[in-house]
Amino acid sequence: MIDAARSAGEAAIEQVVESSYGRLVAYLASVSGDIAAAEDALSDAFLAAIRTWPQRGVPHRPDSWLVTVARRSLIDAARRRETAARALPEIARFNEEPGQLDLGDPDTVPDKRLELLFACAHPAVDPSMRSPLMLQAVLGLDAARIASAFLVSPSTMGQRLVRVKTKVRQARIPFTLPALNEIPERAGSVLDAIYVAYGTGWDDGDGPGRATGADQWNGLYPEAIRLATVLTDLLPDNAEAHGLLAMMLHSGARADARRSRDGEFVPLDQQDVTLWSRARMRAAEEHLAVALGLGQMGPYQLMGAIQSVHNLRAVTGQTDWAAIAELYDGLVAMTPTIGAYVARAKATSHTNGPAAALAQLDELPAARVSSYQPYWVVRAYCLREAGDRVAAAAAASQAIGLTSDPPTKRHLYREYLA
Amino acid sequence: MQYLIMALETPEAFDSRDDPERAGEYWASWSGYIDALRAAGVMEAAGGLLPPATSTTVRLREGQRLVQDGPYADTKEQLGGYFVIEVPDLDVALQWAARCPSAAYASVEVRPLMPARR
Repeated sequence: MIDAARSAGEAAIEQVVESSYGRLVAYLASVSGDIAAAEDALSDAFLAAIRTWPQRGVPHRPDSWLVTVARRSLIDAARRRETAARALPEIARFNEEPGQLDLGDPDTVPDKRLELLFACAHPAVDPSMRSPLMLQAVLGLDAARIASAFLVSPSTMGQRLVRVKTKVRQARIPFTLPALNEIPERAGSVLDAIYVAYGTGWDDGDGPGRATGADQWNGLYPEAIRLATVLTDLLPDNAEAHGLLAMMLHSGARADARRSRDGEFVPLDQQDVTLWSRARMRAAEEHLAVALGLGQMGPYQLMGAIQSVHNLRAVTGQTDWAAIAELYDGLVAMTPTIGAYVARAKATSHTNGPAAALAQLDELPAARVSSYQPYWVVRAYCLREAGDRVAAAAAASQAIGLTSDPPTKRHLYREYLA
Repeated sequence: MQYLIMALETPEAFDSRDDPERAGEYWASWSGYIDALRAAGVMEAAGGLLPPATSTTVRLREGQRLVQDGPYADTKEQLGGYFVIEVPDLDVALQWAARCPSAAYASVEVRPLMPARR
């Protein structure tokens, strides 16, 4: 009986953490202007819940209960530091907004996640820390997990997160929505940070994947999908948000086909299309349709469209490289990144032959490509297509040296060097 | 900043150095790594070590010389090679460490070199 009550309490806590963590941090940060204080206060509230819910039962509105406890803990913490100047703005803000939290209303915890996302990707926040900050504040990921995904030492990542939260508090980065005309640009920074999270864990592969037979993704793919979903829910008219989500869903649709049964790397053109996730592809197409319907073209929509054309092979049995090359032309015109140029060269090799592709690759600045793995993979491919096996092997050797994923290394060795 | 990348190897990895089935891929991964370090212009020094069985350990204790065949510590992973790289910071050093072949099957330790003292 007691055990049942306890486990019901614990299950309720887990469920709230799962579904409301970001909402609660966002609300507490928006009233205090302090992400770290909001996180601390919320963990105090979760501790209080662990102590009381199993005995006294789960409150009628768990979110409101937690916010009430957390708010008290925020105020207590501010009072304890009262001599410190940093406490003053927090208390002042509470006093300014006394009616903010009306516990009589069932929907009392306002959704401030969008404000939190904008604060995390604020221009005053170091661009390299926007993504880690979002992953921690909105999704509650711990510093060690974020550190591994970003290939940074855990102590360094912990210090950087503390520092960036101090900056947000001290600079009083606002937890408000930007003016309507600024939203597209500010949302762009949020999208870029989500894209960074999406790219962790497979910088040398061609998309997110999983170890064979494991549920564990090799990076932060599910987290990036969750963040982008939050953003499309809260900003339904932002075409680029839908474009980014469409791109990530299309690319993730191929996750299970990127490895063979025995864990070997399977390149895109040899993947078994029946292993591509129909559910993800369908969801991707829905977001792409919404995006294109909004009539504001942007780079993430082009990337989504490129992945869409690739995945059309599941239906047509072939790849429309001409369409892909054209989309890449648009992409490099909009965002001239090394990644876009290299991917365009691969498309060019299919439409205009390897010599034309190599000419495009040769135009790229050597300093930018010398340690960029995809460049050497595409270069090796084009050189072999052009009949130069020796030069292809040398390029493949560079690619192997820049790869960390063992199946990808093995694949390159067998293709070009064995 | 200079960092020492210590590439630890497993007994199986040492064995694959002259196993006809595995040597090609094994050496391709290391020479690719060296190619990439060279192309990036970050490699200051490097060396590969013969297997731990070729090692000899010397200790002096209370006037006694203790000479032992093999490495001092009897752990599964043993130093197989090292690289000294010159990179701006630890983040970049860790990127190179992750590409080091033995990171995937053993481990790679990264440590800053002491700055030169006058």
